[in-house]
Amino acid sequence: MGSTNSTLLKIPNVEVLMRETGFSPAHIIRLHDRFKALDKEGRGYLCPQDFGAIKELAMNPIGDRIIGAFFSPRETVDFHTFVKILAHFRPVDKDRPKEPNSPEPINSRSNKLKFAFQLYDQDKDGKISRDELLKVLRAMLGMQVTEEQLESIADRTIQEADLDRDDAISFEEFRKSLEKVNIDHKMSIRFLR
Amino acid sequence: MRGLSLLLFITVASDAATDLYVTGASLQPELGVSAAPAVTSPVGSRYVPEEYGHPGIALARSAEEPAAPSTEDGESSHHHGGGGYKIVQWEWSYVQTPYIIASWLLVASVAKILFHFSQRFTTAVPESCMLILLGLVLGAVVLIASKKQPYQLDPGLFFLFLLPTIVGDAGYFMPARLFFDNLGAILMYAVVGTLWNAFCTGFCLYGVKMAGAIDEKVNAGLMDFLLFGALISAVDPVAVIAVFEEVHVNETLFIIVFGESLVNDAVTVVLYKVYISFVEVGPGNVHTADYFKGIASFLIVSIGGTLVGLFFAVILAFVTRFTKKVRIIEPLFVFLLVYLAYLTAELFSLSAILSMTFCGIGCNKYVEANISQKSRTTVKYTMKTLASIAETIIFIFLGISAVDKSKWAWDTGLVVSTLIFILVFRAIGVVGQTWFLNWFRLVPLDKIDQVVMSYGGLRGAVAFALVVLLDKEQVKAKDYFVATTIIVVFFTVMFQGLTIKPLVKWLKVPRSTNRKPTINEEIHERAFDHILTAVEDIAGLNGYHHWRDKWEQFDKNYLSKLLLRKSVYHKSELWEAYQKINIRDAISVIDQGGNVLTSARLSLPSMASRTSFPEVTNVTNYLRENGSGVCLDLQVIDTVPGAKIEEELETHHVLAGNLYKPRRRYQSHYSRHFMTVGEKERQDREVFQRNMRNRLESFKSTRYKRHKKDRNPVVVPVAPEEDKHDPSEPDKDDDVGITFVARKAPETPKERPKSVPAALDVCQSPVAAPPSPTCGEKNLPWKSGVGSLPPCVSVEATKIIPIDLQQAWNQSISSLESLASPPAPPEPQHPRVSALSRLGGPLRTPAKGKSSGGVNAGSGSNTSSPSSGQFKFPTGKEEEEESTLSQQQQEMQPLMSSLRPPPPPPPPPAAQSATKRRNPCVYLRSLVTVPPSGAEPQSRKPTQL
Repeated sequence: MGSTNSTLLKIPNVEVLMRETGFSPAHIIRLHDRFKALDKEGRGYLCPQDFGAIKELAMNPIGDRIIGAFFSPRETVDFHTFVKILAHFRPVDKDRPKEPNSPEPINSRSNKLKFAFQLYDQDKDGKISRDELLKVLRAMLGMQVTEEQLESIADRTIQEADLDRDDAISFEEFRKSLEKVNIDHKMSIRFLR
Repeated sequence: MRGLSLLLFITVASDAATDLYVTGASLQPELGVSAAPAVTSPVGSRYVPEEYGHPGIALARSAEEPAAPSTEDGESSHHHGGGGYKIVQWEWSYVQTPYIIASWLLVASVAKILFHFSQRFTTAVPESCMLILLGLVLGAVVLIASKKQPYQLDPGLFFLFLLPTIVGDAGYFMPARLFFDNLGAILMYAVVGTLWNAFCTGFCLYGVKMAGAIDEKVNAGLMDFLLFGALISAVDPVAVIAVFEEVHVNETLFIIVFGESLVNDAVTVVLYKVYISFVEVGPGNVHTADYFKGIASFLIVSIGGTLVGLFFAVILAFVTRFTKKVRIIEPLFVFLLVYLAYLTAELFSLSAILSMTFCGIGCNKYVEANISQKSRTTVKYTMKTLASIAETIIFIFLGISAVDKSKWAWDTGLVVSTLIFILVFRAIGVVGQTWFLNWFRLVPLDKIDQVVMSYGGLRGAVAFALVVLLDKEQVKAKDYFVATTIIVVFFTVMFQGLTIKPLVKWLKVPRSTNRKPTINEEIHERAFDHILTAVEDIAGLNGYHHWRDKWEQFDKNYLSKLLLRKSVYHKSELWEAYQKINIRDAISVIDQGGNVLTSARLSLPSMASRTSFPEVTNVTNYLRENGSGVCLDLQVIDTVPGAKIEEELETHHVLAGNLYKPRRRYQSHYSRHFMTVGEKERQDREVFQRNMRNRLESFKSTRYKRHKKDRNPVVVPVAPEEDKHDPSEPDKDDDVGITFVARKAPETPKERPKSVPAALDVCQSPVAAPPSPTCGEKNLPWKSGVGSLPPCVSVEATKIIPIDLQQAWNQSISSLESLASPPAPPEPQHPRVSALSRLGGPLRTPAKGKSSGGVNAGSGSNTSSPSSGQFKFPTGKEEEEESTLSQQQQEMQPLMSSLRPPPPPPPPPAAQSATKRRNPCVYLRSLVTVPPSGAEPQSRKPTQL
């Protein structure tokens, strides 16, 4: 337990972090270890290059976008940001009593969806345009599909979700199109429960 | 019910008759109907091998049922004996076996029909309960009539034929992703839970016996009770499927209970075998090593079974790579190899159920990709049919088997304590394991789930068949065990099966939604998978997603390369999913046309020279085979929820009944009507008007779209062209399937089906009738005899067929339209129809408003063309509805027309160019993305919407 505490003590504002993210000390420590492993040069923050070193991520078709999501408004990621972003994927805990005036937890359904949405919406205009969707599809489908096929998929997708007929998927529409999907299940990772 | 009882009476009568003439060696009634496993007749032994299929059975000698060899042919034999030629001969003994099998299948099927007569009844009472009750009644009747019970659920038949059909269906259609997502829980419940149940039940029964609550007559020791505990503790797949399919609990819950019932087979088999061998050698001679052998045996049986299954899965997938030329036997391969997986596992006394399940799960992905759509449908329906009938027979025979005096060795203590123990230990086991599992599960199983899982631990025919197989020499208390098993099975299937639905309702267990994923969900969920994998990688967790990703890489790089056809392999899964959705939509649209469509043959003269696909004459078929990017109007279809389909179908029947049959009749007088305007002139006019208006509508919507989407490159060229059209090519070629587009329509899915007939009204209503239709007609090229060009190209045709077939289509359609047309719908329909139109109207107004700009443009350009004089209709809401009508209706028209394709007028070069010109304007989503022959590259351009 001593080592646990000492690790925790090294992290500034760890209580705030834990309260915001809902991670337990064990989670934090594990993530901290991972953070340090990624941060090879010991700068205390991560650069996109650090993520690029993860070789599985290089094989991920949308890995770049996910890295991009970590670095979207910033140049570097410190431990707090790192944990907060990962906290999107913490399973929703039903047991925890919800305080009425507490802010929406990071791992709420809508935040999970927002995270996914921003992967599509690269130009940050709040809409997934046809081109943006096409890019994601192209990445996910690889070379096996012709451009025409991609386009017809994209067209259909937009057409299906597009409620206001602006040929783009807004977040609201995105959320609506996934209404029936259990996001809490599909966008959660079992973090050391 | 009368028919059923009549049938029953016949069966019974024949049995009764046979009892009078019992002859020693004669044929047995087969189909599990047969009583004695100790069969002597050659026919019988073919079905009932010495070693019953089940692994556990290898050790058990066949049950020596005292059932008298029930025989018949007493009636028939003397007919044979007589000399001379008989005009009519009674050949009962010749047809007996198949006849009885067929009769039982018929009884079972009719019983199913009868149960489903009353909706209210079937929603309350599960079918399995009713079947068991029916079996009881039938059994009682047979018993009374023949004094014996010649029929019972024969274990050999059950394990070799009935069970595989059910397990095969279950395995092949197992949702693999869901199964593997919950594999941990499933394995846990199946292995630990079953062991727990078996041991606890066995030991506690023994304890109860020691305590004296079980009668002295039950001559059983510890090993006997453990054996009994083993066979009674396994949750039964047949019962679970039967009951849970009607309950519709959420998928996770279902897959856990269902998966458990399948996977626990290995445990049951091993326990059963081990205990039987222990019982045989006597409890005293069991050494410690034997226990370890038991554990080793478990590993071999389970893993070996799984491997056998996967082995056959690979073979099956590999074989289906090469069936392109022999599509017709594709389904057969599926059935054979899946069944062989089962039999092979039996052969090595491995877990056959596991083998078959994993064969199904493993091959499904590749086989479904390799075989044709038709084969897929065949496989699906055949499997479902077989499984359904096997299930029915199993339950009926469970009921019948219970009515057998020889089985009734009743001991209240044993029955009651067994019932209590299996319920209690099931509950305890589930709660304990769930508590453990919830430490690891992403989605914990809450209390309600646990209640349903405990309560859903149904016992069934497997337990019964196993207990019947016991050797009475070794297990002295067999009769008591059989009776108890029957009671347990009946209690779980009937009482629990009956009450689980109210329980689920009462507990508000989340129900499953029988919903196909939309393309959005497909894409986003795939993205989620990638996201989660990436996040796991970033967070340094080698979790579930990490490994699944690894597996998918492996599958993609090696397995799929080996097992998938080249053509299929190069399609991505997402594309497949997209196509599946499209094809599903297309088929649902097309199938609503029913027989009309499927019989449609595209044998146009112009196609005769098409060597690119010589064998393909059926458009639907062609599309299904090739899966070319058929993209029907997605929204319209997508927003039609499942329940609506019936309604729609009904509408279609109305339409088909009123429109198409007559039209077909006229087709036979085709040539006569082709040139002359006969008495059907009025109808011709109506059809023409309708078509024209549809085209106008579609034109409007295209216009509207065009204005809206400025990225559409084709916008500009088309409009001027239309003005320049000379009478011989009057039609807006850009209508290629645009009718489908009506974008607003989908928002009112409910009204859509209803509005369809409304359009019929339009045709006859005075408003719709143009003041001077004839002048337009006079100018029509085909009426005036000029007829060089297909004037009325039915829009939808182009949608369904590949672009390069359009020409042919257009020709056929045009000739159709110039021709006899459906007569007016019967008058009586009017009130309803117009009422419906009123209903549908307001809701559609948005579309109207939006497209108003297009109307002007459309009519403006049309007036310049003589052939389109009819476009000057009041543009009311009826027109809006009409466009909806066209979506469904016109789709069928071209196909119908092609039944008897007319010799199309030779298309002049101008027509060709017109067709060409139209191609770029493929606005619709409905379009063929990949024309197979690769002709006309621009036409490949996918939809611009």
